[in-house]
Amino acid sequence: MIPGEFQYFAPTTVDEAVSLLQQHGEDAKLLGGGHSLLPAMKLRLTTPAVLIDVTKISDIKGVSVNGSVTVGGGATYHAVASNDAVRSACGVLADCVAQIGDTQVRNRGTIGGSLAHADPAADLPAVALALGATITAQGPGGARTINADDMFVEMLTTALEPNEIITSVSFPRLGAGAGAAYEKMRQPASRYAIVGVAAYVKLGSDGNVAEARVAVTGAGPKATRQDATEAAITGTNGDDAAIAAATDKAGEDMDYLGDIHASEEYRRAMVKVYTKRALAKAIAQARG
Amino acid sequence: MTTVTKMVGQSLKRREDPKLITGKGNFLDDIKLQGMSHAAILRSPYAHAKINSIDTSKAKALPGVIAIFTGDDMMDINPLPCAWQAGRVQNNANTPRALSAGKALYAGDGIAMVVAENRYIARDALDLIEVDYEPLPVVVDAKKATEAGAPQLHENAPNNICMTWDCGHKDATDAAFSSAEVTVKEQIINQRLIPTPMETRGALARYDEATGEFTVWMTSQAPHVMRLLLTAFVFGIPETKLRCISPNVGGGFGQKIFCYADMAFTMWAARKLGRPVKFVEDRSENYRSSTHGRDHITDVEIAGTKDGTITGLRIETWANLGAYLSTIAPGIPTTLYGRIATGVYKIPAAYCKVHGVYTNTAMVDAYRGAGRPEASYLIERMVDRFAAEIGMDPAEVRRKNFIQPSDFPYDNGMGLLPYDSGNYEPALDRALAMVGYADFRNEQAEARKQGKYLGLGISSYVEICGVAPSAWIGLPGEGWGAGLWESANIRVHLTGQVVVTTGSLPHGQGVETTFAQIVADELGVPYESVLIEHSDTAGTPFGYGTYGSRSLAVGGTALYKSVAKVKEKAKKIAAHMLEANPADIEYADGKAYVKGSPDQAKTLGEIALQASVAYSLPEGVEPFLDETTYYDPPNCTFPFGTHIAIVEVDGATGMVAIKRYVGVDDVGNPINPLIIDGQLHGGIAQGIAQALYEHGVYDENGQLVSGTLMDYAVPNAAMLPNYELDRTVTPSPVNPMGVKGAGEAGTIGSAQAIMNAVIDALAPFGVKHLQMPATAERVWRAMQSH
Ligand SMILES: Cc1cc2nc3c(=O)[nH]c(=O)nc-3n(C[C@H](O)[C@H](O)[C@H](O)COP(=O)(O)OP(=O)(O)OC[C@H]3O[C@@H](n4cnc5c(N)ncnc54)[C@H](O)[C@@H]3O)c2cc1C
Repeated sequence: MIPGEFQYFAPTTVDEAVSLLQQHGEDAKLLGGGHSLLPAMKLRLTTPAVLIDVTKISDIKGVSVNGSVTVGGGATYHAVASNDAVRSACGVLADCVAQIGDTQVRNRGTIGGSLAHADPAADLPAVALALGATITAQGPGGARTINADDMFVEMLTTALEPNEIITSVSFPRLGAGAGAAYEKMRQPASRYAIVGVAAYVKLGSDGNVAEARVAVTGAGPKATRQDATEAAITGTNGDDAAIAAATDKAGEDMDYLGDIHASEEYRRAMVKVYTKRALAKAIAQARG
Repeated sequence: MTTVTKMVGQSLKRREDPKLITGKGNFLDDIKLQGMSHAAILRSPYAHAKINSIDTSKAKALPGVIAIFTGDDMMDINPLPCAWQAGRVQNNANTPRALSAGKALYAGDGIAMVVAENRYIARDALDLIEVDYEPLPVVVDAKKATEAGAPQLHENAPNNICMTWDCGHKDATDAAFSSAEVTVKEQIINQRLIPTPMETRGALARYDEATGEFTVWMTSQAPHVMRLLLTAFVFGIPETKLRCISPNVGGGFGQKIFCYADMAFTMWAARKLGRPVKFVEDRSENYRSSTHGRDHITDVEIAGTKDGTITGLRIETWANLGAYLSTIAPGIPTTLYGRIATGVYKIPAAYCKVHGVYTNTAMVDAYRGAGRPEASYLIERMVDRFAAEIGMDPAEVRRKNFIQPSDFPYDNGMGLLPYDSGNYEPALDRALAMVGYADFRNEQAEARKQGKYLGLGISSYVEICGVAPSAWIGLPGEGWGAGLWESANIRVHLTGQVVVTTGSLPHGQGVETTFAQIVADELGVPYESVLIEHSDTAGTPFGYGTYGSRSLAVGGTALYKSVAKVKEKAKKIAAHMLEANPADIEYADGKAYVKGSPDQAKTLGEIALQASVAYSLPEGVEPFLDETTYYDPPNCTFPFGTHIAIVEVDGATGMVAIKRYVGVDDVGNPINPLIIDGQLHGGIAQGIAQALYEHGVYDENGQLVSGTLMDYAVPNAAMLPNYELDRTVTPSPVNPMGVKGAGEAGTIGSAQAIMNAVIDALAPFGVKHLQMPATAERVWRAMQSH
């Protein structure tokens, strides 16, 4: 488990990193926490000639909470999970990253790395979709923002250009009347999601569900919004019957993946189970 | 008067640990020699292929590459031996070579070796070797491998059958079944497991051209045996030309007992190149190419009466042995499995037939418990099946059929020496009491009404430790190609310090601690002044190594006997010093004195000094206190116990949560309860892992799909319950200390406790059996289809 030969750079600014990316083109890969990239390199599934480590760029490691929750692309899961301000402003985000892998993974893995890698079983993409997060990426032409909804294109593929760096990700504050939850069945070996469902709801002044977003990860090739479920729960009073009806629609038009841990059929069934759990929890939280 | 505190029975922390937990251990990969080179192995990506040609020219040209060798280069050494040809294997024992030549028989089979200046270059060079493979059809399933038309691995093993072995009484068993009131039949799979020691395996070989001597540092549980096998069988050189050293070994679980290709190819290359050669597996190689465990497919039937008496047991097992025979592979599904298949029960007629089968998979050999977990899983599942069939409480069925205390020594009719001792009911009762059995059944009924699925599983097990005597296990009997005694030497130095050398090889069992406890008590010296040395063939007496829970019962007894000899000699010298008759001398608490005059005593230190300087010794007594024992026990020991698990199954997902885990074990007299508990914890964890998580999976092309720790689910602490443990103590009559062994009991007792609990929880769905591991999906499917 020894990777092929590579050159290593550790820039301290985003500009420097971008120009290194420009310079080395297709040979180069950004290195975040390395918890997806390095295992692949050790198995020689990928052999980049140049690694550009972004974890020494202090500008992209911060976590701040004001109007929204802004997390640097190079911030670790641990930095997010252990941040009290994040926990009170957007508890679901802290909950989600606290369930990623194990302690070592959380101490190294980064928010930007997770979203850029877009592993079909990664946790964070579901929460990013359900919360409508905005990803800020910087490339040679400057910075731009990408809506989470546009980010995940297919398995391991995102809207990011090869010469762009995720500098920050912004999540909404969950104020009064809003609730969100992430419910996950762990794959027993890796602890990735066999199925993970993130649900966000906002109640109207009448107490009914005014807005809902539900996203599934783990079950198929990429994290996906559950439009039919969202439509079914919106406008209802969010009681058990409403949740059950909305859950019935979950995972209906999705592609599935099967492996030794769970078949497609099982994942399909579990999408419903976990959608129900996540919705119920989000609604309960929104009711306060 | 000084009060002497007994060391035996105390929960001392292991003296081995401070070094290990502060990172000061010395493992194979920590060792660096002058001029050391590094080996990497090219492994076949195909599970079955003809190798038409290997072109190493590009790889050789890579700067830093010293040499590249293929299997053809190493034809001057013999294949690795199979040391336990149990079950009439003789005619078709196909064992691996240092490197395979011409053909690869499993994905991971080593076919070429790069030696380079460092391991990075060695690894890079592998990618430059060009091999022309001709893929051949593959078979990975032991039962399918025996069917007509299956791909054939070895010309001398038609239908891939390596051996067919049986034990018990076929006719009597058939008769019991034809007249039985109740019979229950099941196909039970004991899935393949990958042992996963924390440290992977490897070897570092040095060859001294001047003397023609090899030194090999190896991750081995049995360096003396490796010395024997590598010299006498593989290299054909005098045994004295090889010294084997096991430095700290980071867990073995059986995987490190065996003679491996890397020992041979590092030695061969070191001699060829005149430089030390190191090879350390990476985790992927450990998973693909070191031995696996279990992998049985079994058709099993149990017969009995409607009121719960078991009258017959009939077993037919297809044991997957992998592509070649590993060192002791044939003995595992035979002697250590079939012969104990009747478990803790008096079964009047039992028969077990085993087919050992070659397949295109990694070799299968002993893994913690080795045969006994497979046996106890089988009988304990079938007892539950039988209980369910006749509608009787599974605890009562067990109680009714237990071998009774008055039956010992008990011959189970399966060709084992009689079970030495046992008293099964108190362990069952204690476990039932701890778990609150009666209350649980009410709670379970209540929970079911609310759609909650609780289950309780009982496992009453017996196992075999300290396998012996040599006259039984050896060639004429069970086919083990040597003896199974153990040795210990003890010397009391001039300064009064006690040095023990043992042929055992602790690698996590805490033997340095327990052996010192025994010596401290028996000799009456401070625990701190006892040093236990091991693991180097230079300086320790021959021993068969540490496995099969044998170090205490066999090696520890050898030590106990050596201590007794030292005391005898010390008494003679003390008599001389006290000008008394040796017959009047007593030895206690580290002193020798004339009976009735303990204040006129000579301490062991004084006696050792006298013995060592040798200015004045009794007539005919040699200097020095130095005694050795080679101990061959008269029988195995038979630890037993009852484990009970309570689980809850999530009706929506099939996920299993363990609510309680109770274990009552009887490992004989406890030397160090803390170490026993530690061994049980680890063992139970591995049994639970088998029941719920771990599975070595090959696809039909022979690729190991669970080939990394991202897919092979070794549980972490959060996936395991708290263990509630207790003991009963039935001393073994086999050895003077009354000890049995505790290294594997946890693994042997646990998997079926969990599975019986899961299946009990699923009773409302009509589920009668479920294969391991009981993954969420498997459980969910079982609920769906009923
Ligand atoms: C044992 C184990 C268990 C795991 N369990 C889980 C789990 O339960 N849930 C889960 O979601 N994940 C899990 N992971 C994956 C983990 O979360 C990874 O850390 C994550 O997928 C990638 O983040 P990273 O920072 O490590 O990125 P890296 O591995 O360094 O990089 C991944 C990819 O992202 C790119 N990249 C990195 N940083 C940036 C950036 N700032 N901008 C643009 N591109 C970037 C890299 O070029 C690379 O292509 C696990 C990993 C391991 C090893």
